[in-house]
Formats: sequence, C-alpha cells, structure tokens
Amino acid sequence: MVEFFTTNYFGMFLLIVGQVLLIVVPLLVALAFLMYADRKIWAAVQMRKGPNVVGPFGLLQSFADFIKYIVKEVVFPAGADRFVFLMAPMVTLVCALTAWAVIPFDDGWVLANINVAILYIFAISSLEVYGVIMGGWASNSKYPFLGSLRSAAQMISYEVSIGLIIIGVIISTGSMNLTAIVNAQRGDYGLLNWYFIPHLPMMFLFLISALAETNRPPFDLPEAESELVAGYQVEYSSTPFLLFMIGELVAVVLMCALISLLFFGGWLSPIPGLPDGIWWMVIKMLGAFFVFSMVKAIVPRYRYDQLMRIGWKVFLPMSLGWVVLVAFLAKFEVLGGFWARWAIGG
Amino acid sequence: MSVADFAFYAFAVVAVIAGLLVVTAKNPVHSVLWLILTFLSSAGLFVLLGAEFLAMLLMIVYVGAVAVLFLFVVMMLDIDFAELKAEMTRYFPLAALVGLVILMQLTLLYGAWSTAEGAPGLRQAVTPDLAQVDNARALGLILFDQYFILFQLSGLILLVAMIGAIVLTLRHRTDVKRQNVLQQMWRDPAKAMELKDVKPGQGL
Repeated sequence: MVEFFTTNYFGMFLLIVGQVLLIVVPLLVALAFLMYADRKIWAAVQMRKGPNVVGPFGLLQSFADFIKYIVKEVVFPAGADRFVFLMAPMVTLVCALTAWAVIPFDDGWVLANINVAILYIFAISSLEVYGVIMGGWASNSKYPFLGSLRSAAQMISYEVSIGLIIIGVIISTGSMNLTAIVNAQRGDYGLLNWYFIPHLPMMFLFLISALAETNRPPFDLPEAESELVAGYQVEYSSTPFLLFMIGELVAVVLMCALISLLFFGGWLSPIPGLPDGIWWMVIKMLGAFFVFSMVKAIVPRYRYDQLMRIGWKVFLPMSLGWVVLVAFLAKFEVLGGFWARWAIGG
Repeated sequence: MSVADFAFYAFAVVAVIAGLLVVTAKNPVHSVLWLILTFLSSAGLFVLLGAEFLAMLLMIVYVGAVAVLFLFVVMMLDIDFAELKAEMTRYFPLAALVGLVILMQLTLLYGAWSTAEGAPGLRQAVTPDLAQVDNARALGLILFDQYFILFQLSGLILLVAMIGAIVLTLRHRTDVKRQNVLQQMWRDPAKAMELKDVKPGQGL
C-alpha cells in the first residue's frame, strides 16, 4: 500500500492531490469564518451588530453569501474581452492559492519544502497584480480601468519594499527556506528569540506594506468606492466576483501567515517549556488577521499621492538602509550574534 | 516517459506556442499576456534544470515588473487595430529579411564557435560543487567572491543608466503649483483653522 504512493506515478499524483486538498479545504472553510469575523469586528468598532441573522450569531452568513453568489447570472459588459474577463478572477484565485504550497504549518508540515520558498511566495504574489489589471482592462469601462492602473502602480511599489524587508530576514537566517527561517528563531527564551525584536522596525513596515500589497484598507485605492464605485470589480457579478473576493482574502491570510512565520516564530511556542505545534501558528495568524481587521475599521483611507509617497520616499529608503545595517550587524555578530542566527537555522 | 520528461515537453511546447502567439495575436494586450505565459514556461524549464533561483528571479523581474510595465504602456495606447494589421502586411517582407539575416549570423557564429584550451577547466574551478551547496549559495559565491569587481562594475553601469534616465526625463516647470509635503505636515492646526460659535438666526 505504501509502495503504491511512493513508486507508482499515479499513486504519487494521488498523494499530492490529497495533500493539496488537505491544505485548501480547511483554508477555504476557515476563510468563510474569517470573512464573518472581519465583518463582526468591523461592526463592533462602529457599534453595530453585524451579520446576526443566518444561523446562530450569524455564523452561517458567509455560506448564505456563497450560495447567493453562485446562483446569480454572470453578466458580461458590452464590448468586454470575454476570455480575459473570465481569466482575471481565476488568475487572482489560483495565484493566491498556489502560494500556500510552500507555507510550513508545523515542523515538516509543508507541501513543497523548497530552498527558495520565500522567493517563490514573492514571485507568486507579484503575479497577483495581473488578475487586477486583466479584470480592469477586459471590462471595457472607465472606472475599472482607472482602478486597475492604480492597483498596478500600488502593488509594484510596495513589492519593492516587501522584497527588501524579506532580504533583512534572509540575511539574519542565512537561508531562504521558510522552515529554516522559523527554526532560526528557536531559542531558550521563547518569544524573546523571535525576529520581531531584532527586526522591530521592519515588522511594522512589513505589516503596512502587506496592507498595501493586498489592497486592504487604508490602502484600498484600487476599489475606492467614493471615487471609482468599486474599482476593477465594478463590472463583475456572480461567481467571477466571488472568485475575486476569495482570492483577495486568501492573499490577506497568506500575508498573516508570512508575518507569523517571518517575525513571530511560526509554530514555536512563546513560553519556554510549552510544546511547539500548529496551534501556535493558527493563533498567530488569527492575531495578525485581527490587526488587519482593526486597521480596516479605524484608519481612514489614504490619498493616492500620499500612498505613493510613503512607498517610494519613506519605506524604500528605510528598508534599504535596514538591509545595509543588518548586513553589518550580522557580519560582525554584534550583541553575540543577535542578528546572525546561521548556526541554528541555515 | 518520466514525470520530468513530461513536464519538460509540456513547458517547452507551451513556451513555443505562446511565443508564436505573441507575434501573431491581433490585440497587443493579448500579445503581452502570451509573453507572460512564455516567461512562466521558461521559468518552469529553469526549475527542471535545477536552477530554481534563476527561475524565481525570472518570475520576479520579468513577469512581476517588466511585463507589468509593458502591459501598462500597451493598455493605455490608443491603437487602431485594422491599421496595425495593414502595416504588418506592408512591413512583413522587411521584417522577414531582418530575421533571416540575424538567423544567418547566429548560424555562422555557432559554426565558427571554438573554445580555448583551458577555458572549461578554468570555469569549472570557480564553480562550487552543486552537490554541496544549493544554487542560490553557489551563485552568491561566484558573484560576490570570484567576480566581485565585475559585479560591482555592472552595478555601476546600471546606476549610471538610472541616473541618465532620470536626468533625461526630469524637467522643472515653473508655471505649475507644487505640493510641499513637509510644509503641509508641519502646519499648525491652531493657526490654520478658527472655530466660531454661530448663534441661530444671526450668522457671522
């Protein structure tokens, strides 16, 4: 039986499909409740009740929305490029899901343990911009087009600073493997060993850049409803719109996973003595998601020129300077190798 | 046929077909989208060669940045597609000629290619053992240790090109109002704004 899955091609194929389902199905189910949590938190901040009708406490709201989306008719705008119009939401969702292939949930719990994992995620997240551009262009309409142009500029700008922030972490670890990055944060002092202390300024920069990269408020200018109705999504309806929504939310959860892996020690326990495990990873991701939701609820939307200015004139010089500083601190092992964890991780 | 063979043929066929469609697609935006597919397939071929670092760089640099800029420019062009097609048929003989000349030159070059006696040995000597280190580390060792000066020089050339591009496109216009961000940020709200208590029916 075991041989069938390790030697036979069909068996290996089945094994990988099984592993993929094991990641995607819990992720999508969790997503339904995360969307509900997002709306509940937002409502609580504004002293509303939020969704509370479907199911106990409105828990089944997302499933009701799901059914509503898929039974509606798909409307194509006149003069739309049908093929690209339908490809766009699929590109968004597929890119968002493929990035999960290299995310480790626990020591060894990873679908593809590749050496360049962090670069892979970076490459895939740079592909996500195509869903937005294609959707905006194929709609053959002004508002979506303007929204997609905005988002192209915005996502490229913030990718640059995200890349440089990641380089700082890579220098500290000496490896691009995510498991190695987490293991490099292992130590005798629990949460004091995690990278959020040596890389404190970069943690905040990464959080803000992640908000901009995933088009979340306060940087949701591609869909700014007060100016562009809903940006690149204006002409979408039914299932394609649902795919856009799921794709965006999967990207947000991916950023939560990245924050917990890069800066908060992934599956490592914060208190020495307690066992490490996937539950810590889940708790950290939920914490990061809570921060994302709170930011959405309490920070007003930025103006487009302010967004670009922060990206290019503040974040880029800061993260570039930090790379140089970390390279220096790691090379000369300042503070007993506080920034150089090569011995443990890489 | 092993999985790797199958993957190679799949990526190679997709890359060639997408490459052909880049040239033949009627709509320039579709051309760029096919070009992106070509880049992705080539990245897949790099992975099959065991050069996963180069594959990721190809995706980040070409697909993530260069192709987005292409798409950006092409989307905003106002193009008459019928006219474009007419021009294509007009210039096709010239383009075919240029292509033929380049093909002949490449063939000649390839035919006359010879390697110096000690060159493969010299190249081998600096390449780290790929069984020992992963290829990101191997590239780093070659770039930053063996060819450090050349690497720095190529960086300088890029810097010069960047400064050149900025100098060429930067122009100061005096007749436009400019935004002074620092001045806006340090403005004192107490001085900029005055609160008045307006009595009903009286006005200010």
